[in-house]
Amino acid sequence: MKLIFERSRPGRRAGSLPRYELPKAEVPEELRRRTPPRLPELSEPELVRHFTALADRNFGVDTGFYPLGSCTMKHNPRVNERVVGLPGFRDLHPYQEEEASQGALELMWRLQEILAEICGLDAVSLQPAAGSQGELTGLMLMRAYFADRGEAEQRRVVITADTAHGTNPASVAMAGFELQKVETDDRGNLDLDDLRAKVDERTAGLMLTNPSTLGLFDEHIEEVAAIFHDAGALLYYDGANLNAVCGISRPGDMGFDIVHINLHKTFSQPHGGGGPGGGPIAVRDVLEPFLPVPAVVRDGEAFRLDFDRPQSIGKVRGFCGPFGVFVRSYAYIRAYGPGLREMSEVAVLNANYLLARLKDVYELPFERLCMHEFVLSARNLKREHGISALDVAKRLMDHGFHPPTIYFPLVVPEALMIEPTETEPKETLDAFADAMRAIAAEAASDPQAIKDAPHRRPVRRLDEVKAAKRAIVKFGFDEHPDLAREPSAGAAIEAQKGA
Amino acid sequence: MAAEESYPEDLRYHPEHDWARVEGDLATLGITWYAQEALGEIVHYEPPEEGSSLAKDESYGEVESVKAVSDVVSPLSGEVVEVNAKVVEEPETVNDDPYGEGWLVRVRLTDAAEVDELLDVAAYRKLLEQ
Amino acid sequence: MSFLSLTDADREAMLAAVGVSTVDDLFRDIPASVRLGRELDLEPALSEPEIVAHLTELAGRNVDTGQELSFLGAGIYDHYVPAVVDAILARGEFLTAYTPYQPEMSQGILQAIFEYQTAICELTGMDVSNASGYDGTTVAADACFVAKHVTGRDRVVLCETLNPQVRQVVKTYAPGFGLEVVEVPHRGGVTDADELREASVDAACVIFQQPNFFGCLEPAPDLAAAAGEAGALPVAHVDLVSLGVLEAPGAYGCALAIGEGQSAGNYQSYGGPHYGFVAARSELIRRMPGRIVGETTDLRGERGYVLTLQTREQHIRREKATSNITTNQTLLALAGLVHLSWLGPQGLREQGETCMALAEYAKDRLGLPPVFPDRTTFKEFAVRVGRSAKEVIREARAQGVHPGYALGRDYEGLDDTILVAVTETRTPADIDRLAAVLGEVAR
Repeated sequence: MKLIFERSRPGRRAGSLPRYELPKAEVPEELRRRTPPRLPELSEPELVRHFTALADRNFGVDTGFYPLGSCTMKHNPRVNERVVGLPGFRDLHPYQEEEASQGALELMWRLQEILAEICGLDAVSLQPAAGSQGELTGLMLMRAYFADRGEAEQRRVVITADTAHGTNPASVAMAGFELQKVETDDRGNLDLDDLRAKVDERTAGLMLTNPSTLGLFDEHIEEVAAIFHDAGALLYYDGANLNAVCGISRPGDMGFDIVHINLHKTFSQPHGGGGPGGGPIAVRDVLEPFLPVPAVVRDGEAFRLDFDRPQSIGKVRGFCGPFGVFVRSYAYIRAYGPGLREMSEVAVLNANYLLARLKDVYELPFERLCMHEFVLSARNLKREHGISALDVAKRLMDHGFHPPTIYFPLVVPEALMIEPTETEPKETLDAFADAMRAIAAEAASDPQAIKDAPHRRPVRRLDEVKAAKRAIVKFGFDEHPDLAREPSAGAAIEAQKGA
Repeated sequence: MAAEESYPEDLRYHPEHDWARVEGDLATLGITWYAQEALGEIVHYEPPEEGSSLAKDESYGEVESVKAVSDVVSPLSGEVVEVNAKVVEEPETVNDDPYGEGWLVRVRLTDAAEVDELLDVAAYRKLLEQ
Repeated sequence: MSFLSLTDADREAMLAAVGVSTVDDLFRDIPASVRLGRELDLEPALSEPEIVAHLTELAGRNVDTGQELSFLGAGIYDHYVPAVVDAILARGEFLTAYTPYQPEMSQGILQAIFEYQTAICELTGMDVSNASGYDGTTVAADACFVAKHVTGRDRVVLCETLNPQVRQVVKTYAPGFGLEVVEVPHRGGVTDADELREASVDAACVIFQQPNFFGCLEPAPDLAAAAGEAGALPVAHVDLVSLGVLEAPGAYGCALAIGEGQSAGNYQSYGGPHYGFVAARSELIRRMPGRIVGETTDLRGERGYVLTLQTREQHIRREKATSNITTNQTLLALAGLVHLSWLGPQGLREQGETCMALAEYAKDRLGLPPVFPDRTTFKEFAVRVGRSAKEVIREARAQGVHPGYALGRDYEGLDDTILVAVTETRTPADIDRLAAVLGEVAR
C-alpha cells in the first residue's frame, strides 16, 4: 500500500480557508521559513480513500475479539462519542471563566466522587494523562508524604512484584526511588516470607495490582498491607485490573493508600490505537494535600478550581487533565450505576468459562479460579512441537481474532495472557476456544502452517530485526531506501510484547 | 548464523557473562555465548570512547537486540585502546563469533591483580548450571 | 443500561462448565473482610436517552466558542478542524484498536503513525519523531530527561517566555529526575541570547518557545546558538501551525523540537485530550521517549511497519527505560496528520499568513498600547487595557465577547494586560466587534 506521501501530487490540495484583503504581515528574514515542508498534496477524495484503506488494514474491538490481558478491550459505547461531541464540551476553552464552565467542573467533580466510592478512598485527582503517568504521580505523592514527615532520605525503596507490569519499575526509576522485587509463590500470591525479609524502615511503599497480572487475587492482601503499614510504608494500587473487582472489593478496603485508575481500560475510553487514555488517582485523606494542582472543588452550589494548595506536588499535565476522556467515562458509569458490580461479575465469569474450555489443552501455571483474566503457557507445545506462544498468536490471526498478550508476565514461560472482558457473547468465547484447540492440534499435525502464520492478514510475518537495524522511521522522499532489496531475517524473532 | 555453545579454556570469565583474553598488560573483552544467546540477534552496539577508562564490575557500553538491551560489564579495569569497529557496523558478528571477530574492546590494564578474581572456564560453567 | 451480551441461559451453561453454582462462588478467593458487602453508593443507572439528556444539560452550562466571540489562546487555540478529521477518527478500526504490538493486525495504525512521524520531521526539520507524547507540557519533561542522559548534566534552563504550565510541569518532574531548574527572565517580551548563554553553563538543555507565550517571535537562531555555545542542548517548543511561515528548528541548530499539537487537528475540549510531539536529530534516536514506528518487510518481502527500538520503552528495559510512557495519544496525533494532509504545504503557509495578517489588523483596530512594542508577533499579542484585566474581561463577556487571557495570572506587573489570540476562524468583522467592545470597557 502506498504511503500518503507517495500518493501526493504537486499542486493538489484538499483544504480551503477564508482569505481576506488585508496587508500581508512579514516575518523577519532571519526567522522566515526557507524550504516548504513536504506535507502531502492530495484532494479530499484521495485523502478519504487513503485513510479508509488504512482503516481497512486495521483491527479494532469493533472488528472482533481482542483478548489482550490487562488491557480490558471491552466494547466502547457509541453514546459516549455523541456526548463528547456536544459543543459545550468540545468547543470549551480551558481558560474560560469558571462561572462559564460550571457544566465541565461539575462533571469532573462528580466523576471524582464516583471514583472515590469505587476505590474506597477519600480524594481524587483526574489530572494524569494515562496509567503510567498516574503511577508516577502516585510515587511523587509518596515522596512528598515522606518529605513532610522528615523521612525523605530514609525512605528510598519501592517494592514491586516480579509479575509487575513494565511501567511499574520504569515509574519507580523516574520518581527517583530504588527498586526492589518480591517473589510470587506457587499459589500466585506474594511470597510473604520474602516480603517480610525485604520490608524495613527504608521502604517507602509497595506497588501492586490486585488481582495480579496472573489474574489471581492475592489471598493474603490484608497481611501484605499490615506488613507495609507496620513499617510506616504506603501501598500503591496499579488499577490496570480493576475491571475484576468493581463493586465487589475496593482497593481502599484492601489496604491500599493510593490507586490509579485506567479510564481507557475499566471505564471504556476507546484505546485509539495507542491513546488517549486517562490515569486519575484516588488517595487516602492523609495524602490529599499533596495532590496535583488545581483541585476541582465544590463550593455550595457552585464548582471551582482551587489553586491554593501549598503542599501540592505541582502539575503533571496541562489544565485539569484529558477532559474528553472524563466525559466518556462519566457517561459510561452513569449507564451502569451500582450495576457496575455486574460488569465485573460477568468479566470474571467470561474469563473462568474460557479458562475451563482451554486448560486441558494448554498448561495452567496456577491451579486456581481466575479473576477477569488468566495466564496459560504454551510450553507444552514448544517442548513437543517447537511451537511458541508467538506462533500461536500469529495463527490466531488467521482465525479472525486478535491474539492475547504474549510473553507476559515474565514469570510464566511461553505465556499467553487472556482477558475476554464482560462485553463478549458466549459464542465468541466458544469460537475462540475452538480456534485455540485447533491450533494446539495443528501443532502436532502441521506445525509449519503455524510457523508461517499469519497467512490471511494484509502482511505476512514482519521482520523486526531488520526494522531495528535499519531504523527507518520516516519517509525519505527521493532518498527513501528500498528495503525489499535487502534480505529478510527468515523466521521472525520472538520479541517480547508488553501488555 | 549463530555459533555453537562454547566457553574457550584460555579465557577468564565474569559472572555478568563477559569474557577477557589477557595478553601481558592488554586484554580483549567481549560477551559470552550465553549472553548473545539470551539476547537474540544483536542489532546495535553502543561502545565506549577510545581513551576512556573502564572500571571492573562497571558497565562500559550496551548491546541491543530486538527484545532487550543489556549493559556490558567490564571484567577488568583499564584504558580503552581500541573499539571493534566491525561490531559497530555489523553487530550480529557478536552472535556469529562471540570470542573471535565479535570482541568488543581492547584495554590496557591498570591492575593486573584483578585477573585472579575472575572465573576460569570450569567455574563459569558451574555458574551457568545454577 | 449495560453493554453485556450474556443471556441467563448462557450464564447457567457457563457456570456449569466452570463447576460452580453461582457467580458469587467465583470470588471465593477474596477474603470476606475486604468484600464491599453492599451496593456501590452511585446514582441509579440511566438509559441512553437519559444519558444524552443529562450530559446535554451539563454541556449547556458551559459557554463555548459557538456561543461567545472568543479571543482566548495562551496555548490552546480555536483553529478550524476540518470535517474529514471527524469522519476518519470515527472509524472503529482506528478508534477501538489497541497499541499496535501485533503489527500484522495493525498496519493501518502503524503506517499512519509512520506518516505522522514523517510530517512532524518535515515541519520541525528533524530526523526522528516519536508517535506522540501526552501533551505540550509533559514533552518538555521528556526533553529534559533525554538531555540529562545525553550530556550527563543535571541542570535545565527554561525561558520565562515558555508557557507557564510547561514550566510548572518540568519543575514537578525535576526532583525525581535529579534536575535543577533555572529560569531566564524575559527582556521586553523576548529572551536575551547573552543572558541565556551565561545561564546555560553546565546546563543539559535550554528550552525556549517560538512563538513565545506572549505571542512574540524570539531570536530563535541566536538562542539556539547561545545554548550550543554553553554545551547545552537547544530545545525549541514550537507551534505546528506556525511552521508554514516560521523556520524549522532543525534548520537553526536545535537538538530537539517539541510542543503541543492541539492547533493541528484537535478541538479545544476544555484542555484535553490532545497530543504532544517530540522530534530530534538522528544521533538522539536511541534516547527518544515513547513509541517509534519503523519500516520493514515481511516474509514475502512486502513493505510493512512495526513498533521498533522498543528496547527503550517501559516493557523491556523496565527500570532503565527512557520514559515510562505506554498509552500515549495516537488517535489525536492521527487527527493531526489528517489535518496537516488536508492543508498541505500551501494551505499551512496560507493559514499562518492569515493568522498573522488578522492579528496585525486586530492590533491596529484595537488601538490599545502594546505591552511589548516593536516585537513581531505571530497569532497572539499582548495589550494594556488601562485597568484590571479581570474586570475588563468580565465586562466584555457581558457583551458576548471574550477578549483574551489575563497575563497577570502568571506574570508580575501585567495585571492590566490581556493576551489576544486571533486565528483564521475570526473574521475582520469579529475583530471590529472586539474593538468596539474594548473601546467601551478598556481605557
